[in-house]
Amino acid sequence: MVRFENVGMRYGDEADVLRDITFHLEPGSYHFLTGPSGAGKTSLLRLMYLAHRPSHGSVSIFNHDVTTTPREELPSLRRRIGVVFQNFQLLDHLSTLDNVALPLRIAGARRETIQEHVAELLTWVGLGEHLDARPRTLSDGEKQRVAIARAVINRPSLLLADEPTGSVDQEQGSRILRLFEELNKIGTTVVLATHDRTIIERYQHPVLRIEQGTLSVRWDITKGKK
Amino acid sequence: MFVRRGDLAPGRDRSSRFLPWIIALMVYLAGLALSATMALEQVIDRWSAGLKGSITIVVDPSVNGGEAETDARVEAALSVILTTQSVLSATPLAKIDVAGLVEPWLGKDVLSLDLPIPRLIDVTLVPDSGFDLAGLTRRLDSAVPGTQIDDHKVWLQKILRLARTSELIAILIVVLIALAAGATVMFATRTGLAVQRDVIEVLHLIGARDTYIARQFQGNAVSLALWGGLLGLLFTGVTVLALWLLARDLGSSLLPAVRLSLPFLGALAMLPLVGAIIASVTARFTVMRFLARML
Repeated sequence: MVRFENVGMRYGDEADVLRDITFHLEPGSYHFLTGPSGAGKTSLLRLMYLAHRPSHGSVSIFNHDVTTTPREELPSLRRRIGVVFQNFQLLDHLSTLDNVALPLRIAGARRETIQEHVAELLTWVGLGEHLDARPRTLSDGEKQRVAIARAVINRPSLLLADEPTGSVDQEQGSRILRLFEELNKIGTTVVLATHDRTIIERYQHPVLRIEQGTLSVRWDITKGKK
Repeated sequence: MFVRRGDLAPGRDRSSRFLPWIIALMVYLAGLALSATMALEQVIDRWSAGLKGSITIVVDPSVNGGEAETDARVEAALSVILTTQSVLSATPLAKIDVAGLVEPWLGKDVLSLDLPIPRLIDVTLVPDSGFDLAGLTRRLDSAVPGTQIDDHKVWLQKILRLARTSELIAILIVVLIALAAGATVMFATRTGLAVQRDVIEVLHLIGARDTYIARQFQGNAVSLALWGGLLGLLFTGVTVLALWLLARDLGSSLLPAVRLSLPFLGALAMLPLVGAIIASVTARFTVMRFLARML
């Protein structure tokens, strides 16, 4: 599903933010990605959601070596990846419904299908009353839920979430994590970046720990350190 | 509750607000250039059509024999002309009409000055009948020495040269306007791309292809260009109508009335469409080039 081999990454001419990263995620797996702020979690996720190419090493997603994949082929890979961005990345001029509808519209889904699915999902995440609301009128927690709804609306094969429960209360957080668990059960590979140790300990999924740009610890909580 | 067609943020970049006005001005200028060319073509066509089937015989006046002798020379010339094949009619111009022609140079009292004014015979030819100009020249030379034949060739060539030059200038103006319109759309699109870069990045990451994003910019550019084009067309229509009414009221024989023909009106009506096509192609080209630099 996802394979990193000796991957390094840098922005422009600056120093490497990721160094010698090697790991492999099986299809249908669920991993937590953790580490201190600035360690490189978001950069690692950016490589996984194809916002950046590695400076060296190779990254393979869905058995495509994205280091060499022509950029024309990247959109079809991206459509199979759902991303919950840390800063939500909602489009302020679009309504809640239109924000969530984006992946379906881009994929060419029918208008009626979009209306039906999006409204249903937004109701499920507790935003059924806010379909026409613009993101700037929503709280951070509500924006977070919109971002999550947009990430999962087209049932991605790979779901990447950067601190998805950081802005929501405990109850909403639990609902979101349950949604991720459900998606994982039906085959979605999940990578969830979080600082929250209670979540990591409660759900008992393998952990990728990154420190100073290096994947220092690969720890399976159920089996101890590897 | 609705699902939008466009994902770009409307009104985010202020440069696009001016685009319809700039396109309106360009369509207006192109419309005027087109109108001027068509009007000129019509005038030239009528002048040349009037001259093509006719020749003018100039009979020099008799210096010593007086008016009677000159009248006799005109009669002799007429009898030669009228017996020539392919001649439909020959009409000598009255002295007063000839005086009218030279009035701008010699003044109103030219007849009272008793000047030896040449006589003119207006000859109408049978169209496309293979008129033998050289034969008539020889016969007139022997019957009435001192006559000249003007077949308007020099005049027609000058008129045609003027027509072609003015057409080329008008085409050049329209091409320059089209290039300027393209450059304006390119600038506005680039500004839009810069302003909406964050939106574009999100669309890309969600899986939008370059063509999907380009279509949105194209749609926006076409819509703005169409509005501008229609506005420009309205201004052109008002101006052309005003000029046409003025020309009609003038009623001058020098400036034949210009008809608002269907092809002309059709060409004018196409201008906003052409503007929209230029906007669409330019926007697409600009966006695709910009996006090619992104991952």
